[in-house]
Amino acid sequence: MSAHQADDPGSRLETFSGNRGLQIEEPLIFEQDSPGHCGVDLPEPAPFHSRLGGLERQGPIGLPGLSEPQIVRHFTRLSQKNYAIDAGLYPLGSCTMKHNPRLNEKLARLPGLADIHPLQPVSTVPGALELIDTLAHWLKALTGMPAIALSPAAGAHGELCGMMCIRAALEARGDRRTRVLVPESAHGTNPATAAACGYTVDPIPANATGRVDRAALEAKLGSDVAALMLTNPNTCGLFEREILEIAEAVHRAGAFFYCDGANFNAIVGRVRPADLGIDCMHLNLHKTFSTPHGGGGPGSGPVALSATLAPFAPLPWIVHGPEDLEFIEHKTGAAENSLGRLKGFHGQMGMFVRALAYMMSHGSDGLRQVAEDAVLNANYLRTRLADDLSLSFPGPCMHEVLFDDGFLKDTGVTTLDFAKALIDEGYHPMTMYFPLIVHGAMLIEPTETESRASLDQFVDVVKALAAAARSGDAARFRAAPVHTPRRRLDETNAARKPVLRWRPEPVQREAAE
Amino acid sequence: MRYLPLTAPDRAEMLAAVGVDSIDALFADVPAAARLIGPVDLPRAMGEIEVERSLSRMAARNVAAGSVPFFIGGGVYRHHIPAAVDHLIQRGEFLTSYTPYQPEISQGTLQYLFEFQTQVALLTGMDVANASLYDGATACAEAVMMANRVTSRRRAVLSGGLHPHYRQVCATYARFVGFELSAQDPRGGEKLARLIDPSTSCVVVQNPDFFGEVRDYAELARACHDAGALLIVVVTEILSLGAVRPPGAMGADIVASEGQSLGNALNFGGPHVGLFATRDTLVRQMPGRLVGQTVDADGRRGWVLTLSTREQHIRRERATSNICTNAGLCALAFTIHLALLGETGLTQLARLNHAAAVTLSERLELVPGVRLLNRTFFNEFAMRLPRPAAEVVEALAVRGVLAGVPVSRFYPGNAAVADLLLVAATEMTTAEDMDRLERGLREVLS
Amino acid sequence: MSLLRYTKDHEWVRLDGDIAVVGITDYAQSQLGDVVYVELPEIGRQVEQGKEAAVVESVKAASEVYAPVSGEVTEVNDTLAADPAKVNADPMGEGWFLKLRLAHPRELDGLLDEDAYKRFVEDQH
Repeated sequence: MSAHQADDPGSRLETFSGNRGLQIEEPLIFEQDSPGHCGVDLPEPAPFHSRLGGLERQGPIGLPGLSEPQIVRHFTRLSQKNYAIDAGLYPLGSCTMKHNPRLNEKLARLPGLADIHPLQPVSTVPGALELIDTLAHWLKALTGMPAIALSPAAGAHGELCGMMCIRAALEARGDRRTRVLVPESAHGTNPATAAACGYTVDPIPANATGRVDRAALEAKLGSDVAALMLTNPNTCGLFEREILEIAEAVHRAGAFFYCDGANFNAIVGRVRPADLGIDCMHLNLHKTFSTPHGGGGPGSGPVALSATLAPFAPLPWIVHGPEDLEFIEHKTGAAENSLGRLKGFHGQMGMFVRALAYMMSHGSDGLRQVAEDAVLNANYLRTRLADDLSLSFPGPCMHEVLFDDGFLKDTGVTTLDFAKALIDEGYHPMTMYFPLIVHGAMLIEPTETESRASLDQFVDVVKALAAAARSGDAARFRAAPVHTPRRRLDETNAARKPVLRWRPEPVQREAAE
Repeated sequence: MRYLPLTAPDRAEMLAAVGVDSIDALFADVPAAARLIGPVDLPRAMGEIEVERSLSRMAARNVAAGSVPFFIGGGVYRHHIPAAVDHLIQRGEFLTSYTPYQPEISQGTLQYLFEFQTQVALLTGMDVANASLYDGATACAEAVMMANRVTSRRRAVLSGGLHPHYRQVCATYARFVGFELSAQDPRGGEKLARLIDPSTSCVVVQNPDFFGEVRDYAELARACHDAGALLIVVVTEILSLGAVRPPGAMGADIVASEGQSLGNALNFGGPHVGLFATRDTLVRQMPGRLVGQTVDADGRRGWVLTLSTREQHIRRERATSNICTNAGLCALAFTIHLALLGETGLTQLARLNHAAAVTLSERLELVPGVRLLNRTFFNEFAMRLPRPAAEVVEALAVRGVLAGVPVSRFYPGNAAVADLLLVAATEMTTAEDMDRLERGLREVLS
Repeated sequence: MSLLRYTKDHEWVRLDGDIAVVGITDYAQSQLGDVVYVELPEIGRQVEQGKEAAVVESVKAASEVYAPVSGEVTEVNDTLAADPAKVNADPMGEGWFLKLRLAHPRELDGLLDEDAYKRFVEDQH
């Protein structure tokens, strides 16, 4: 057992178990199998005649058996290896990692909301329709748009929905257009979605202020352009100040204006996107409206639609009938031009409940305060870090601030290294290498649920790291992280020789050979 | 406001530090015409008591499935979720964590997703699975698009036994992404092998199918492969794989499934969890996130997201799909539930489901005018009633029994299926429930 | 005698008789990082100058490899499937991607020679 060497960032005190205090080395469940064991107790059915037609499984599945204490311990240990909003700040630009209120979890689990089946007679779920309609009302009021499609399961799914509505509208008027304009700073889902809908993607550069180059955009407009896909505020954290002129130009060309609403947190309650001239905008309930990220999902991506695009919204629809709410599941009546279904059943109801609880908790005044605090927090970080990092664009930002790796020039430290050192300091890194229009991008979004103290602590750490990089302490950065359950992982090897599941060891031969 | 930590003094000091007089200065780029003077016309902030009262009132207007005899399936199934599952998924480190892009501080998420991928591969009898998709229907559409890419063909044949929502989602994607569907009649009588031609990329079947029928697709798999097409098998009731021969053993190339039955409540249809599995040779064409095993700088085993160059944030226009997310927490619930069940528990649970359905079918067959249509089934079967099933279901709902799904809900105006009712039974179905359904049916049909 | 030319997309082409060997340059591989996978065309495929002929993937990026000249694919480097690292280690030699039978030999005239390519790369910085 070697003594701890304080000057070698890579060494640590070795233990016999490999565990490190509260950090436990936890094997896979497949490596803890007690064959025949089980974490549930189930009764035996009375004798019956199988109706499987001889198609029973012919061999074991290969699943491991463990007891409940072992399972609880296993997943508890796994959870202890994760960073989370509950534990610390995520300064991730464009992700809006705000606090996830626990009231939302409680209400989503009410039996009247969680234990209802999508195919129950509609007469037995009027409260579900009411809830969904109430959510729709709130989202329409906040966006200023007359219609909202609620079924898309995530932001990218919402983008697909929006672009499909646009294409359906163009086809309905016999207008064949083939191009979609997308800023170079856009998130990769934008061009991927446009291409998925059969469009060719034409990129538009940014100007020196980090906003979309209006002259370049107008030069690319033509009668073959179906839509502009714009994020506002944009992925540099800046409000597109010429948005009204852009909307006008897009409409004059007969095209549609799609807005990526990922950054709605900056303007919710202060600006209605409808007033900016947009035709179509997806929202991320898991960003602006606090539904939990859950380690990667589930999300929900409703799409606000103009009156022109509303007839094409995907099924199902909830409409106000003469007496009650009506549930439309087929392309009939008002929904005859719907583009059909994008998802099974009715949408992410569990996320609707959480988002509505969030919105009701804040109210219109609270939501407006959310945007203001989000913008203030980001500008506070901008002001305090402007001398230590390299601000990519001068002037105030919205809810997120963009830096690039200029301040790391000649230090031998990359944006990636800087981020890994931040992990050792107890923070999840900021968004890195996005947007692509600056070199080594660092996009920081604190959100409104960070306290002033939290921001000040973060600033102190970032300042110290920046100073350390400039003073030549590159070794610290390249070795980082050292205090985490795992150090840097070999992603090249993972991609060259993919191992995507556990497999049992081949049976060893007994005899010596 | 309880979720906003900044105080008035904080705001004042921070504005001063930023060097502006008021917050409005930071919104100066917003065109004057678009600036809202005051809050939007919506209710003001509410405390927890009021919000809870408001949403509880809406919840109380609904009939919860657990409060009545319940027989509805149709692609979403009511099963018991062990208490430990919901407690574990609510741990903050799972609930409030982000996508595991920084693997050093996400080994918890990455390890459970690796376990999930393994579980899905084992259940379906396939080589490899992804870290989940939104739901079964979108997984089905993604499977068709993958088959198109792999074969460089653009015509998919869909069995009439495919869940109608899955078929409709495929149709939406077909129209906009640009490929063809040959969707067969739900009334049956299809000869799928005969529909395969040189333009066919895949044949999509469901097992058990929408009407509950369980079949062997090995011969169809051979016919597909002989013609250079792929066989896609959809499974809407994942629990069936605790008893039924898996698609991998039948020669499937891709399995697209709904995983909701394990770990996830009904939730009025969402969020659920799409499962996607395929063969090793096709792994680079698989959509969605993938977790791979590797080692860290100290040589210790760990996991990372891998093969991400297929995804939209890198390939942009050339991505294999535009999917940016997986079902995260729903996949975790699936993993924990299945870990608790293990080999013996899953097998036993599947037996209980099948036994309940068999018992129920035998009892309902004794009701005058009711005819069971299935030769085989797992936990759901189709019955032909002497009257339109939708009105029977409404009448039974009035009597406090949720009797199943009338097929006409999916195919309105199709006279041939108007009398068909889908009935599901699970480990949650009691003898008293079956009594109530049988009695109710006799009353309504007499 | 073999003739070596380069494109502005950082592909190289070496002519041996009427067969052209194609790969990516050292600059390209250093920009990509560790190569994890190479997607090669089928034998017999016709490729056009300037159009996509192959795809090279690293952990963080995927890049199209454009055909420097038009022709028919006669051979591809199958060893890259098991060992994509060759593209990084020896991009001009063992890391070759594919061989083409030239359709229009004059296309080579429009490409950069060694010196012109070196200058082009320097100008990128």
